[in-house]
Amino acid sequence: MYRVDLTQLEVGEWGTVVEIQGGFGLVRRLESLGIRVGKKLTKISSQFMRGPITVRIDNFQVALGFGMARKIIVRVKR
Amino acid sequence: MKKILLIGNPNVGKSVIFSRLTGVNVIASNYPGTTVEFTKGYMRLGDEKTEIIDVPGTYGLDPNSKAEEVAVQMLKDGDLVINVVDSTNLERNLNLTLQLLKDRIPVIIALNLWDEAKHIGIHIDVKKLERILGVPVIPTCAITGEGIRRLVSQFFNAKAGTIHYEEDKRWEKVGEIIGQVQRVVHRHHTFLDSLEDASIKPVTGIPIALLIISATFTVIRFIGESLISYIFEPIFENLWAPLIMRLSNLLGNQGFIHDILIGKLVQGKIDFFESLGLLTTGLFVPFAAVLPYVFAFYLVLSFLEDSGYLPRLAVLVDNVMHKLGLHGLAIIPMMLGLGCNVPGAMATRVLETKRERFISATLMAISVPCMAQIAIIVGLIGRFGAKGMGTVFGTLFIVWIVLGILLNKIMKGESPEIFVEIPPYRLPYLGALLKKLWMRTKGFLRQAIPYVLLGVFFVNVLYSLGIIEFVSKLTAPIVTGILGLPKEAVGALIIGFLRKDVAVGMLLPLGLNLSQIIVASVVLAMYFPCVATFAVLIKELGIKDMLKSALIMIISALVVGGLLNLILSS
Repeated sequence: MYRVDLTQLEVGEWGTVVEIQGGFGLVRRLESLGIRVGKKLTKISSQFMRGPITVRIDNFQVALGFGMARKIIVRVKR
Repeated sequence: MKKILLIGNPNVGKSVIFSRLTGVNVIASNYPGTTVEFTKGYMRLGDEKTEIIDVPGTYGLDPNSKAEEVAVQMLKDGDLVINVVDSTNLERNLNLTLQLLKDRIPVIIALNLWDEAKHIGIHIDVKKLERILGVPVIPTCAITGEGIRRLVSQFFNAKAGTIHYEEDKRWEKVGEIIGQVQRVVHRHHTFLDSLEDASIKPVTGIPIALLIISATFTVIRFIGESLISYIFEPIFENLWAPLIMRLSNLLGNQGFIHDILIGKLVQGKIDFFESLGLLTTGLFVPFAAVLPYVFAFYLVLSFLEDSGYLPRLAVLVDNVMHKLGLHGLAIIPMMLGLGCNVPGAMATRVLETKRERFISATLMAISVPCMAQIAIIVGLIGRFGAKGMGTVFGTLFIVWIVLGILLNKIMKGESPEIFVEIPPYRLPYLGALLKKLWMRTKGFLRQAIPYVLLGVFFVNVLYSLGIIEFVSKLTAPIVTGILGLPKEAVGALIIGFLRKDVAVGMLLPLGLNLSQIIVASVVLAMYFPCVATFAVLIKELGIKDMLKSALIMIISALVVGGLLNLILSS
């Protein structure tokens, strides 16, 4: 078991959200789009030069900026 | 029941249900944030006329963007909420549903995209969900109309929710409900899934984006040109021109009335671009020169919108847009602006901050010419070959980048990060696509024709009263001195405030050389928005910011026009 942030997750790899390192505002914003502690997500893509990250959760995909992605900590099996 | 609100997450099909209920057509697309302002419509319920409101999508009742604020405001005075839910993403959608059920307002739930959920192996026990939530739940497929009748028949059974939960345990409650009502059957990766992944990974996504963009422009040009040369020009040249010539002879080929209606004859004949009469240029410009391109553009744009491609493009260009003080989603107002700057300016609301909205609206108004203007520029410069056109559009593109970088440097603050749901690819539904195309085309004609006619009328009045001559003497130092244009070109700048396409057309009789046409086209695109865009920008930015924006427009138009003139004439 490893703890990594979303930017360190490999494309195609999945993990379970264990922590969101941000204030109440960020937690709420992420939550409203379905990203919260306990959710499983799969990384779909990342862009060059610290561009946005795309993840799949359940049946939908969300793109989020690099800075936000860095605050989402997931647990992965490697 | 007086007022019914359609509320739900973004991109779940509220606008489609709205059109079904009211018969009022609204633009619906496959990306979050298509509806940025509420739309009203009416339907008959028994003997009562009931107001239906299409509320912008929201993920929750604590607003994060301007569109969401609108939604929360609206909730205060509704009599019934139709909560439109995406069946394929029940869990996330229920978060909003539970918040709505805490309100005292009666709720009815439309489980939309029902067919798609079945298709991908999601089974929802509707009866059980109804029992748990305590309000009617009706499966619907809005795009085909399935379930809408049942939905309406249940309006009077709607009631306030009976569910109880602790506010900070809302997600737990959602999870509990999902466990009871939803069953998911595993499914295989489809071709569309692979295409989704390929188009958002940079290595494959960037080539795909370039391909799609170049295909887009090729198709628009092909359809536009074909419509012009096989349908519209023949109609005007062979059928309309002889009729007008007869009228011209009746009027004695000259005089004030003749000039207003038919304009000046060029070598004894009607020239639909140059004559500048209401019945000649006034009709030819909107119908034969601009309409074909507008139609072609909206056909392709509607396809792109409904497929779900645009948010993926937004992710791919996010990095570049950050350099301009924006983020990827700002590509959507820019794309819409290419059709017409008015919807482009309204779409800036998908952006979160005032700073972003200012930068994107200003950049769009300055360096994104609308299709009407592009069509005439192509008509005017196309005859000199591709190089002239490349210079015009290349210059505007460079201005877009440079000005964006400058604004980003000068303005305080930084651009927020992109945070957006990426919709699945959907094969556009032909009926809906054609309806949208028809709405936009009709919208164009309704808006363009009066202004074109007014523009042509004013040209004649201003010329015959000697006003253009008077102003051109005053502005000669700028128009001739800086921009290198004949002083009469100021007429085009005046009319450009009404309609840019007519204004570009007015350059033709001036006998400009290629570099002068290039300078004039670029300056006309940049110097100021047309009156319709101007009005929307005031509304979106407020007067103070609009004045700032306008100042930027005028200054950059002069600087760029002057530089171009120096470069091209040397």
